[in-house]
Amino acid sequence: MSWRALLAQTSEEVRMTLEQGERLLVTFVIPILGLVLFSSVPIVSTGTPHRIDFFAPGVLGLAVISTAMVNLGISTGFERSWGVLKRLGSTPLRSSTLLTAKILAVLAVEVVQVVVIGAIAAGLGWRPHGPAGLAIAAELLGTAAFAGIGFLLAGTLRAEMTLALANGLYVVMLGISGIMFPLAKLGGFATVARLLPSAALTDVLHPALAGGAPVPLEGFVVLAAWAIAAPVLAAATFRFE
Amino acid sequence: MPAIEVDALRVCFGAVAAVAGVSFSADAGEVVALIGPNGAGKTTTVETLEGYRRPTSGTVRVLGLDPVADHRELAPSIGVMLQGGGTYPVMGAARALKLFASYYDDPRDPEELLDLAGLRDVASRPAKRLSGGERQRLALALALVGRPRVAFLDEPTAGVDPAGRLVVRGIVASLRDEGVCVLLTTHELAEAERVADRVVIVDHGLVVASGRPAELVTAAEDVRFSAPAGIDVGSLGAELRATVSETAPGEYRVGTMATPALVAALTAWLAANDLPLADLRAGRQSLEDAFLRLTGDPPGDGGGRR
Repeated sequence: MSWRALLAQTSEEVRMTLEQGERLLVTFVIPILGLVLFSSVPIVSTGTPHRIDFFAPGVLGLAVISTAMVNLGISTGFERSWGVLKRLGSTPLRSSTLLTAKILAVLAVEVVQVVVIGAIAAGLGWRPHGPAGLAIAAELLGTAAFAGIGFLLAGTLRAEMTLALANGLYVVMLGISGIMFPLAKLGGFATVARLLPSAALTDVLHPALAGGAPVPLEGFVVLAAWAIAAPVLAAATFRFE
Repeated sequence: MPAIEVDALRVCFGAVAAVAGVSFSADAGEVVALIGPNGAGKTTTVETLEGYRRPTSGTVRVLGLDPVADHRELAPSIGVMLQGGGTYPVMGAARALKLFASYYDDPRDPEELLDLAGLRDVASRPAKRLSGGERQRLALALALVGRPRVAFLDEPTAGVDPAGRLVVRGIVASLRDEGVCVLLTTHELAEAERVADRVVIVDHGLVVASGRPAELVTAAEDVRFSAPAGIDVGSLGAELRATVSETAPGEYRVGTMATPALVAALTAWLAANDLPLADLRAGRQSLEDAFLRLTGDPPGDGGGRR
């Protein structure tokens, strides 16, 4: 692997994410607006002493969904339809280097998201305490799972379809994954929802960042299963043209 | 060893043979143009050499290597300009050239390429806001970043204005001077005649002719004329001792050299039969005429085959 190529490709991937309005909308504006709005206005009851204690972990999960699935999936899908991936295929840049650059870029953007969202949440009174290592592990597993889903869409569907589906999934996951309201409010449907990687992610993040509460093993298991299955499926089906 | 060798290449998509039997070679310092109507198999041939497709049968070699099996070894030595697309729309030329330079061990200076391709004034404009011709020149510059020994340029002048064409021609000529083997495709015959040392005319996935442009044009020496449709070509042919054919209603071709005696005999025969002569073209034909004769297809007619 050429380190110079990896560094240049990674920094361009990060730059392309941070310089385009529509990408910032999904990765920063919507999560931050959601965080501020829901934690300030008592629309739903959260069952926590401070509303921000419920919303901050969920939005940190949403950050991973937005960057690893929506942003990565849509941008890769369009690069495929524009012939960029095809063109890169005849340069010495290896596909493994390109993949590594894209994953590193996702992680870099996620670090910025965690810092910004964490700072805003702290400003709103959030005081996380808990096994931060578990939260980081969950975010990394979530990144693998959602990047896998993003690549799966990008590598098999038309770019416009990837755009529509990734945004659609984002909205659905925002709705039924313990981000906007506690999963328990879904009643029996919560069991089904917990099979989604998004619900599994917030299931782990909530207790991991609240301290004291036990982190559910099943959340980790579901998340890990997605983190393995989605990338494997994406790798098996990805078409460069 | 030739820089490019294509031997009895067939490439099928399902039951359809996009390339049905193509052979040619190209040397270092040589510019070869693949010309033919849309759908003739030009792009498929080039993309097989670039390693994007596998031959159904036959072999292709670039610098003696198999483009698919030896992709890693070959990639640093080839430069590719795809037919449209292939650039990040949000990235300006300067950024894109710098990024591509990072892929190669000994890249050309992006700044020098900006000047060479005439993109200096639009260096920071996102590719999506460049004109069609500027985008083509960016794609060409990107193909040169890695100092290729073989350059594949698919339709390098499509959508390029006359000033841009001069730039492209200049670049192709300088590549030849540097000893680069250039394989380009075009359906514009005038362009091929200007830039190529040799042309390979492809139609329906087959090579119908190849040679230096001048050779093909010489081979095409004949006489063409227009007269009322349906004249007796057998009788005229007997008179002229040459093959006369009606290539289209009212369009005729006499398959022989245009000597003054032949032209005199032709006009005399038409006068004797009281037939008006609308148009007479004799002597050296353009490559376009040679092309028409060989493929029976008007070149560059836009959307698909006729």
